[in-house]
Amino acid sequence: MEYVRAFLAGGVLCAIAQLVIDRGKWTPADVAGSLVVLGVLLGFGGVYDRLAAWAGAGATMPLSGFGYWLAKGVMAEPRPEGLIETGAAVFRFAGALFAFIVAGSFAAALICKPKG
Amino acid sequence: MGLKSDYLREVKAFQPSPSYAANAVKAFLVGGTLCALAQWLSDWYGGVFAASPLAAQLWASIVMAGLAIFVTAVGKYDDFSQFAGAGATMLIMGLANALASAAIEHRSEGWTAGVAGQMFKAGGASVIYGLIAAYVLGLVWP
Amino acid sequence: MKRVGKQTWVFDDGVYIQAAAAVVGPLEADGPLGSYFDICHRDLYCGEATWELAERRLMREAVDCCLQKAGVSAEEVDLFLAGDLLNQNATSNYVARELPIPFLCLFGACSTSMQTLAAAAALIAGGLADRALAATSSHNATAERQFRYPTELGVQKPKTATFTVTGAGAALVGRAPGRWRVRAATIGKVVDAGLKNPLDMGAAMAPAAADTIEQHFRDLGASPGDYDLIVTGDLSRVGSVIVRELLAESGYDVTDVYNDCGLMIYRPDQKVLAGGSGCACSAVVTYGYLLQELARGTFRRLFVVATGALLSQTMVQQKQSIPAIAHGVVIEADGQEPG
Repeated sequence: MEYVRAFLAGGVLCAIAQLVIDRGKWTPADVAGSLVVLGVLLGFGGVYDRLAAWAGAGATMPLSGFGYWLAKGVMAEPRPEGLIETGAAVFRFAGALFAFIVAGSFAAALICKPKG
Repeated sequence: MGLKSDYLREVKAFQPSPSYAANAVKAFLVGGTLCALAQWLSDWYGGVFAASPLAAQLWASIVMAGLAIFVTAVGKYDDFSQFAGAGATMLIMGLANALASAAIEHRSEGWTAGVAGQMFKAGGASVIYGLIAAYVLGLVWP
Repeated sequence: MKRVGKQTWVFDDGVYIQAAAAVVGPLEADGPLGSYFDICHRDLYCGEATWELAERRLMREAVDCCLQKAGVSAEEVDLFLAGDLLNQNATSNYVARELPIPFLCLFGACSTSMQTLAAAAALIAGGLADRALAATSSHNATAERQFRYPTELGVQKPKTATFTVTGAGAALVGRAPGRWRVRAATIGKVVDAGLKNPLDMGAAMAPAAADTIEQHFRDLGASPGDYDLIVTGDLSRVGSVIVRELLAESGYDVTDVYNDCGLMIYRPDQKVLAGGSGCACSAVVTYGYLLQELARGTFRRLFVVATGALLSQTMVQQKQSIPAIAHGVVIEADGQEPG
């Protein structure tokens, strides 16, 4: 059942991150950054493709999924070559998410004040 | 032995440690549920618009990020995260919350110096690390 | 006025608090001491456009309310002493801008309430002023966004974290007899125990509080039994246990007379983690609740020890430890009715 797999994969990733944060050596921002980089590394290695095929959103929703989108942009065919193509390819998939979050955040700030 | 002899060591007995198990279970349940919800969104989108699995997953992430921005804007994502911990912060929704919360917080300093200038102060690190890693690896990967 | 021992000033010529006022935000108004506060805001913005303007309004209202209760106009006040938590003491400076009173700006982080009160009492006793106004403020959202994160950012705070009190307190100190007498003040030293976690300020401040309380006892030859209540400012659930333990190790058992403003201001079921903190924590509890109970006769003599974590966001990021300080003031109920 794919929902169970998504639940398990996403839940386990979050629980591990929680334990790392609670251990107290790394701040939440450190853990978030590490997760993204981990997603990039596993994305290049091809491991994340298999994880995403198995767990679906359970792999792409955690922050490592953002790293996966970044890596996937470079790894997807046709493979980019050189500075210009590689730089653009990084945003091939992640860019959709990134642009939406930036624009959405700005829009939220246009409308809302912090509630405290 | 007492606090006065070695404060840094002895004070640890007075500092409550995190509820490791309870926090991990909450992160597991909330994080897992949100991922399952995203999976459902992805399936629905894939079915209705005959989209590729990749596009459907991306679309679901965007919808969930939008949901996080909305909950941030109405002032509830901080309470939600205090409960769910990593289940709320270590998803792409957490990145959306980081950018949206900084943007909303700094609207009092104006659009340029405030909202745009400060938007990445909380979530910038993960974007920057990921971008550098993907770009550099992309240049050297065979 | 004279100095007794190393760090304690004794005001034996009569220095009085003539009036005091406390203004708070919604969560504090909802707490167990809600009925003791003069003005309770239902909205965290206090009707202003930004958090910083809201804090400024809190302090301004505390000052106005205090002067009104004393029946004194601002022109009749010789000196205004104030401080807060914002960079450059912004709230205090902008409130002072609106007042026709010579101004001394003080910073002692959350110890500012007793720092300003002690300084005001000393200046009165020394004959340098007849009436001085001491004020301080803090606001949960201004402190949160300056010292920590954007207010809406999802961060799971640890159990040791405290919750900055939204509020402001002001006290008018003078020579003319009033309901409360400022009897003594002990000025604390900066104590740095080496702790670095800004989300556990109780443990960082407890050694400073213990240091000031012990010094006070030594200077005056006093003991915990001489006070009806010894309150610290914002040590919270974590630090209040540590300070009791530290004092016990030095041979002072304060268990029966000790409390902490950070524990008094909120109900246990309010979501404030380890308890209240901030300049306003000790200020509103003292100027609201404690003074009224002194006047009512519940207590005769109090020792209020306001504790401050002198932390800077930049220094914390550079992995420097957190210096702390505590200043204590002895306040007694005076039999005479205000003249």
